[in-house]
Amino acid sequence: MSYILIIGAKSDIAKEIARVYAKNGYNIYLAGRDIESMRDLANDIKIRYNIEIELKEFDIIDFGSHQSFYNKLEVKPIGTIVVAGYMSEQKECEENWTETLNTINVNYTGAVSILNIIANDYEINKKGFIVGVSSVAGDRGRKANYIYGSSKAAFSAYLGGLRNRLFESHVHVLTVKPGFVNTKMTKELDLPPKLTAQPEDVADDIYKAQQKGKSIIYTKSIWRYIMLIIKHIPEFIFKKMSI
Amino acid sequence: MNLNSWGMYPYIKNKSISLESRDRLKIEILSDKELIPFGNGRSYGDSALNENIIYCKPYNYFLDFDDESGILHCQSGVLLSEIIEAFVPKGWFLKVTPGTKLITIGGAVASDIHGKNHHVEGCFSECVEEFTLMLANGEITTCKRDDELFLATCGGMGLTGVILDAKISLKKINSKYINQTTIKTKNLQETFEAFEKYAYLPYSVAWIDCLAKDENIGKCLLMVGDFADDGNLDFKDSRKLNIPFNFPSFALNTLSVKAFNWLYYKKSPHGESKQKVDIDTFFYPLDAINNWNRIYGKGGFTQYQFILPKDVSYDGLKEILGTISKSGKGSFLAVLKLYGKGNENYLSFPIEGYSLALDFKIEKGLFELLDKLDEIVLKYNGRIYLTKDVRVSKETFEKGYPSIEKFRKFRKDNKMDKKFNSLQSKRVGI
Repeated sequence: MSYILIIGAKSDIAKEIARVYAKNGYNIYLAGRDIESMRDLANDIKIRYNIEIELKEFDIIDFGSHQSFYNKLEVKPIGTIVVAGYMSEQKECEENWTETLNTINVNYTGAVSILNIIANDYEINKKGFIVGVSSVAGDRGRKANYIYGSSKAAFSAYLGGLRNRLFESHVHVLTVKPGFVNTKMTKELDLPPKLTAQPEDVADDIYKAQQKGKSIIYTKSIWRYIMLIIKHIPEFIFKKMSI
Repeated sequence: MNLNSWGMYPYIKNKSISLESRDRLKIEILSDKELIPFGNGRSYGDSALNENIIYCKPYNYFLDFDDESGILHCQSGVLLSEIIEAFVPKGWFLKVTPGTKLITIGGAVASDIHGKNHHVEGCFSECVEEFTLMLANGEITTCKRDDELFLATCGGMGLTGVILDAKISLKKINSKYINQTTIKTKNLQETFEAFEKYAYLPYSVAWIDCLAKDENIGKCLLMVGDFADDGNLDFKDSRKLNIPFNFPSFALNTLSVKAFNWLYYKKSPHGESKQKVDIDTFFYPLDAINNWNRIYGKGGFTQYQFILPKDVSYDGLKEILGTISKSGKGSFLAVLKLYGKGNENYLSFPIEGYSLALDFKIEKGLFELLDKLDEIVLKYNGRIYLTKDVRVSKETFEKGYPSIEKFRKFRKDNKMDKKFNSLQSKRVGI
């Protein structure tokens, strides 16, 4: 059976994505910086679903290593899902360039680096799919988190271009825009329950959208309408707001 | 994130801390906060609510499975539904399961839950080989079947510590289907006779029409059955309906409940009939509707579940059903079950006898009615199930649980009473 490559496998969303694909019979490559921290998940998935699962060391900001990482995968994955993401306090980013650079490099530059390589391979073979987990924060820059938001905006634009380019090669690209998700990344935030998705629901939404060949999804889906409103607030009003 | 229980009452503000690792948990436990573990929020009342909550569901790895012995080792946040999904296709099922599969392993131990087969298999603790627990001092200990910690923790409502992982034994099955017999009875006498007649079958549960009056009191549909043996284990999670918002409060009234009960009862043919139904239909009919708690409106609801000793069950139930029927307060669901012998755990609910569970919308006059029911329950030496409860008084609770002093002392001796508390534990003083 075919392999799926999950990049950024330590996050709560990645854990649930791996489970959903395993449940549906796919074998899994889990790629992340710290292999040790992924062993429990690999063991969990093997017990549950009897599929093959391999751990691969991968550092998304070590751009130079990406080509050889991909070359070394014996069976090439039929699908790649980039979940890697980095969010720190906006204030922190404003005061500390390293934090800003890390945000941009994890969320955008690194993702572009590995996806360029994979997209070229998929294009030649005329098959495969790519899923990028971006964010609603990329839909409009807000003072509360525009460093993170702009890195996700760039990633969304990249995925849009990639989708356009690969359309003729029958390679499907899905952009995922989660709103609030109840994860380790957001545990310090006081999130409104009605607008907050659980990681397993996000994973289910991703699997379904990918199987159906959708282009862009919001999860929870209500975020499509929230962002529609936010995007349409005139700038002369928006610039005075605190949201 | 703010968490609430299944009854959506009381609706309180709280802060939840996700259980991610033992190290992180230890830091939380050693802080000066009072805590209560919380699983998937399916207990009805305030037993897992407090200002600070340890949210255990994200702690959900399967750790090991031995397909010789059928023993599964998993973390406490694993849901029963996840075990069913992974193991029914391999021919294994839970030895004991409640009427929802959307509860965590930690919750199953803490409530020492029971199912339709209590008269044969007992409580959940019967299938627990051992578990690990983080205590009030941050230490981790393995609890085995004869330990006092085992007796106090199974049924102990999360008040002895945070359950980290457990080894539970599964049972072999050879089908995803259950051969079910449905018996329609006309009154309580017939209902009891039917229960006794079919007590040899492992699974039984009765659905009682609470609004029936006079000679019809206690009329029911009794469903009994056992697993089929056809080798079909092709189990898939079934599609679910969703209740997307809270129903307006007038949606549920005596008339609508009456109509529902009537339809449900009418649907079945007279006397006995046989069906072949799947695991979800037989064990978890309500799980088919996501958020079914919303039909009671945003004011919330509660479930009143009590158990009476066998020799007085008939008289007690008759009196209680009569009182409910007279009150006109609708219960959407009333479930009657037969129980086998109780166990040694300090706070496990089951004793040998019959229990009835009824749902009530929270409304004016309800708690007065429930107080009245409490009196009848105590008169017949019964007790209330903490997992469902949100309002029982300290006095009523204590009278039902003779081991309560042992439990209190154990908590005090181990400084658990200063660390692990829920709104419920404070109300009933445990």
